[in-house]
Amino acid sequence: MTASPMSASSESMHDAHDVQGAVIRATDLTKRYAKTLALDHASFEVQSGRIVGLIGPNGAGKTTALKAMLGLTDFEGELSVLGLDPRRQRPALMQQVCFIADVATLPRWITVKEVIDFVGGVHPRFDRGKCERFLARTKLQPDQRVRQMSKGMIVQLHLAIVMAIDARLLVLDEPTLGLDILYRKQFYQSLLEDYFDENKTILVTTHQVEEIEHILTDLMFIRDGKVVLATDMDALGERFAEVMVNADRVEAARALKPLDERQVFGKSILLFDGVPRAQLAELGEVRRPSVADLFVATMKGTYA
Amino acid sequence: MNAVQTSITNFGWLVKREYWESRRGFLWAQFWAAASILIITILGIIAGEVLKARVGGQVDVSMGVNLTQILREATTHDMDQLVRALDATMLLFGFVAAMVLFFVVFFYLLGALYDDRKDRSVLFWKSLPLSDTGTVLSKAVAGIVVAPLIATGVVLVGYIGAQIVVSLWLLLHAVNPLPLWTQAEPYGVWLRLLVMVPVNALWALPTVGWLLLWSAAVRSKPFLWAIIVPIIAGILNFWIGLLGVPHIRPDFYWGDIAGRLLLSVVPGSWIDPHAQGMRFRGMHDLAAINYPAMGHALASPQMWIGVIVGAALIAAAIWFRRWRDEA
Repeated sequence: MTASPMSASSESMHDAHDVQGAVIRATDLTKRYAKTLALDHASFEVQSGRIVGLIGPNGAGKTTALKAMLGLTDFEGELSVLGLDPRRQRPALMQQVCFIADVATLPRWITVKEVIDFVGGVHPRFDRGKCERFLARTKLQPDQRVRQMSKGMIVQLHLAIVMAIDARLLVLDEPTLGLDILYRKQFYQSLLEDYFDENKTILVTTHQVEEIEHILTDLMFIRDGKVVLATDMDALGERFAEVMVNADRVEAARALKPLDERQVFGKSILLFDGVPRAQLAELGEVRRPSVADLFVATMKGTYA
Repeated sequence: MNAVQTSITNFGWLVKREYWESRRGFLWAQFWAAASILIITILGIIAGEVLKARVGGQVDVSMGVNLTQILREATTHDMDQLVRALDATMLLFGFVAAMVLFFVVFFYLLGALYDDRKDRSVLFWKSLPLSDTGTVLSKAVAGIVVAPLIATGVVLVGYIGAQIVVSLWLLLHAVNPLPLWTQAEPYGVWLRLLVMVPVNALWALPTVGWLLLWSAAVRSKPFLWAIIVPIIAGILNFWIGLLGVPHIRPDFYWGDIAGRLLLSVVPGSWIDPHAQGMRFRGMHDLAAINYPAMGHALASPQMWIGVIVGAALIAAAIWFRRWRDEA
C-alpha cells in the first residue's frame, strides 16, 4: 500500500495560504549514507496547529528526517521548514524551532541556574519567568547539576526550558524513552495543557504509540525511507476499519482483501482499508482500529 | 546593527559557557598550582626554623621561593639583588602557571568539539539559535585569551601571597619587610607576562586550529589522531629523504611544522634566543621575555604564516562542526 500523502489538488490549495499553512514541506527528500538509503524520495507536508506522530520501525528513516528538518544533516531534494532552508538558515530557523532529541542530552556538568541563564541570554523568544514557574512544580533546585538528576528530572528540566520558548515548531524524537509511566504521562499532559495551541505545531516520534494516540491530530507512517501513510486522525477513522467477524463469515470477509487478520477469543479481527462501512457492518462489529494495530499491519514483513 | 549586537551578546554567553564548563582547569588548577608554591615555601620555612633551633647556626633550607637570597638582600639592603630575587619569585609563579596552562589548554581544545558529541549534548547546544562559527570561535577564545588571562591573574595573586608569607618570616627575624613591597620592578615583570598573552595567542593559532579540527572531525580518539598524524608524516618524510627524493628538511619539519601544530600553545614558545643574540637559559631567564622580543616575534614570517594556517584549520573545524552527522 502506497498512499500518496500529497495529491496535486491539495498542493495547490496549500500554496494559497502557505504562511499559516504548511509548516514543513518536503519533496523528494533523499539521504544516502555509505551503504544505506535512509530517506528515499520522501514527500510530505505538516500543517500548522497540528500534533503529528511520525511513526516507523527502527531504521526506517525517522531520525534522519528529523535531522534534515533541523539542519543537522545534508540531503537531496527540497525541504522548507517555516519557509526557511534548514541547510543554509539554521540559526534563524532555530529561533522558531525547538527540539528534544532523546532524553538526557542536556550537558551533565551544567546546573539548572546556568542552563536557564544561558538559554535566556541567547534565545530571544525565551521567557525566563515562565520557565521558573514550570520548574517550581518540580523538585529541581537552582544549584543542582544535570549529572545529579534522574532521567525523569532531566526531561522535566528540558521540557520546562522548551515550553518557555515561544517557538512555532517543536520536534520531539523519542522524548520519553526510558522514563517511567508517571514521567511519561506528565510529559504529554504538560505539553497539552501548558504549551500547545493553534499557532504551534508538534512533531513527535515514539515507539510508545498507545500513549500518544489520543493526543495526535495527524499520523505519518514511514517505512524504508518513504512516507507510506499520511493522514489526519478523522480521515483515518473513515478510511480504516476493524471488523470482528464470527467464524462462519470469515471467508466472506477475506474476500474483501483485509490488510491484516488476527484471532481473539475464537473470533477473527480483520483490518480493512477503504472498504465502505455498510459493507463491513454486515460482517460483524465495526470499530476504529488502534494506531498500534494499524502500524503492525502496515509494517508487516519489515524485519523479515 | 541589531544583528551585530545579538552576535556580540551571544558570543559573550558562549565564552561564559566555556568558562563554566572548564573553570576547574582554567581557574582551580592555576589556583592550586600557585597555592602549592606557597605551601612548599611555608614548609621550607618551618623546616629551616626547626633545623636551626635543633642544630643552631645558619641553615639553608629554601623550598619554593628563594628565601635565603631574599633574607640576605633584605638584610644587607642590596636593592639590585633584592629586585632580582623578587623578579625570580614572580617568574617562578609565571613559569608554573605556564606549564599548567599548556596542559589545561591542550586538552581543553582537544575535547572542546568532541566531548559534547560523545555525550550527545551537542544536540542540546544545536537546538539553540547559535551559529557554529560563534561556537567554535568561542572555544578558541576561551583557550587562548580567557584561560591565559585567568592564569596571569593568579600569578599576581600568588606573588602577593608569597610576599605576605616572606614578610611575616622576615618580621620573625626582626628584618624590615618594607623593601619587598616598595619595589615596582616585579610588577613590571608581571605586566610583561600580561602583554605576552596576545602574542602567545596569535602564536598558538596553528595548534588551536589543529586540535579543534581533530576535535570536531573524528568519531573517537582525537588525541591519538592529533599526535599520530604529524609523527607518521614526519617519519614518512624522513624515509622519503633516505631514498634521495625531494622532501622537507627534517629539522624544519619537526620545528616549524609538527612543532607548531602541536606545541605552539606553550606560552612563550615564540621566544627565539638566537634572534636576540643570547643563549636562552630556560624560562627563569627574565631577559628573554622583553618587549623587543615580542616585537621581533610579531614581525616574523613564522608568526603570520602560522596565523594564516591556524585560521584555515579553524575554518575547517567550523565546517566539521556544522556538518558532522552523528548518525
